[in-house]
Amino acid sequence: MAENTEKKELWRWLEARWTNPDIDWKQGKIVSAGIDVGSVSTQCVVMVDGDLYCYSSLRSGSGSVDSAWRGSNRALEGTGMTVDDWHYCVGTGYGRVNVPMSKRAITEIACHGRGANWMYGPQVKTILDMGGQDCKVIRVDEKGKVTNFAMNDKCAAGAGRGMEVFADFVGVSINDVGDKSFEIDEEPKPVSSTCVIFAKSEAAGLLKEGWQVSKVLAAYCSAMAHRVWELMVRVGIEPELSITGGIAKNRGVVERLEKEIGMKFQEKKWHNPDYIKRNYPFDTQIAGAIGGALFAKALAEKGKA
Amino acid sequence: MINAGIDIGGKEVKVVLLKDGEVIAREKAMGGFEQGQVTEELLERAIKSAGISKKDIASTGVTGSGKKYAPPHEAEITEIGAAAKGAALLYPSARTVIDSGAEDSRAIKCDEKGVAKDFTTNDKCAAGAGAFTESMARALEIRLEEFGEISLQSKKTVPINAQCAVFAESEVVSLINSKTAKEDIARAVNDALAERVVAMVKRIGVEKDVVVIGGMAKNVGYLDGLKRGFKMDVIVPEHPEFIGALGAAIAAREN
Repeated sequence: MAENTEKKELWRWLEARWTNPDIDWKQGKIVSAGIDVGSVSTQCVVMVDGDLYCYSSLRSGSGSVDSAWRGSNRALEGTGMTVDDWHYCVGTGYGRVNVPMSKRAITEIACHGRGANWMYGPQVKTILDMGGQDCKVIRVDEKGKVTNFAMNDKCAAGAGRGMEVFADFVGVSINDVGDKSFEIDEEPKPVSSTCVIFAKSEAAGLLKEGWQVSKVLAAYCSAMAHRVWELMVRVGIEPELSITGGIAKNRGVVERLEKEIGMKFQEKKWHNPDYIKRNYPFDTQIAGAIGGALFAKALAEKGKA
Repeated sequence: MINAGIDIGGKEVKVVLLKDGEVIAREKAMGGFEQGQVTEELLERAIKSAGISKKDIASTGVTGSGKKYAPPHEAEITEIGAAAKGAALLYPSARTVIDSGAEDSRAIKCDEKGVAKDFTTNDKCAAGAGAFTESMARALEIRLEEFGEISLQSKKTVPINAQCAVFAESEVVSLINSKTAKEDIARAVNDALAERVVAMVKRIGVEKDVVVIGGMAKNVGYLDGLKRGFKMDVIVPEHPEFIGALGAAIAAREN
């Protein structure tokens, strides 16, 4: 059999785009947009009169400006809408000051608070946002206003990028890490190295000792869960808890974290019963961009340019 | 009297034979996953190259993060103790010893006899260790051995903002994409590492003479960064990566 020499990009998570089939945007009064340019991923959300109209979620490119354009072009694909139809756009995320079509930049902390409140509902008091290059724990009130937060943006060990590197190293697609990490007989001890670079050497040793890949993944997921737990404890954990960002899609980390906290995260489900009925996709990665679009709508209504 | 010193580090295994205060053989190899076996082979090689036989070795001392894989031995010493002893034998004037290894870095304050008075260490984070330059060298497609030389050709300061080796790698990739010269990126990497080590050493205070040992001491770009950071010269022994093993041999002799 011919050897497959193609380099597989195991870290590559699934990109997404969606248009709401129930909205004719031309009938809308206010078209608002939020663009979240993160270090690893970029999301663009467009709302029509405060309802989710379309979105995209892509991997960030080499520059923020380029990422913002690719995100908005992808979101608007097939809608007939252009960025000139937007009444107001808010930029957020790591690259928020370099979003050319935005009129204002708002921090991702504020946007994730607002977005999670809208997606999950006002009962949410603690939000865990695990992104590509940082991890934030945000405390919010019932309006989604931020009351406190803690963040790690210094070390990849508690961020999605670390998981990408690890998945690539053990040769498992990042999309399968969660499920695979539960294909074990017994929960192993977490890997002891904090640093992702050292964890890779540790994992190599474990594989050499004869550990199954799934067991190594379990050990890494629980180490990561523990690191996140430490951050959560710093700001205090008040229910209900919700989770946003890419790592929310990795049950290997999330379920182990729930065990450590002794609480469950809210089911990944819309607060709006109509959205549930209509089966709109619930994507945790777009929370920041949703928050941005909501702020944009409020600013448009106030007539602020 | 002949003593053997073994240092099983995060990456390489080092072995020295010490005869009456003189090193008569030194051998090193990648430890891999068979550190015990590698050590035995290195010992045999050292014995052969020194032209002695195994029974001539009066005692053996071991150190390093992998010392549990070492063959039978008489003495065991911490990496900190070994670094101080080894450096003091060569340079009795050494008061600060910086040991920059592949997976950890540490700084030791010591007296003229090589007794450690204070120390600080980082073995949690690759950003302060050789593993940092190693992954950046890979991203830059530069051989690790050339990394220092290349960085010295740079005349420009390009800052690397990330603290974390994983994040810094993304930053290096961005720099490559924006057509930043290789030598400037290499210097940025060495400076970032040196800056972190300088900050660590300053926690225990910097006292002359400063001796730099460990595999990273062979990276001239990193040394240049240290000199600028400390605003003083540093001393580097001829075989800096063997100083831990030397310290282990001294510990065996003293035992």
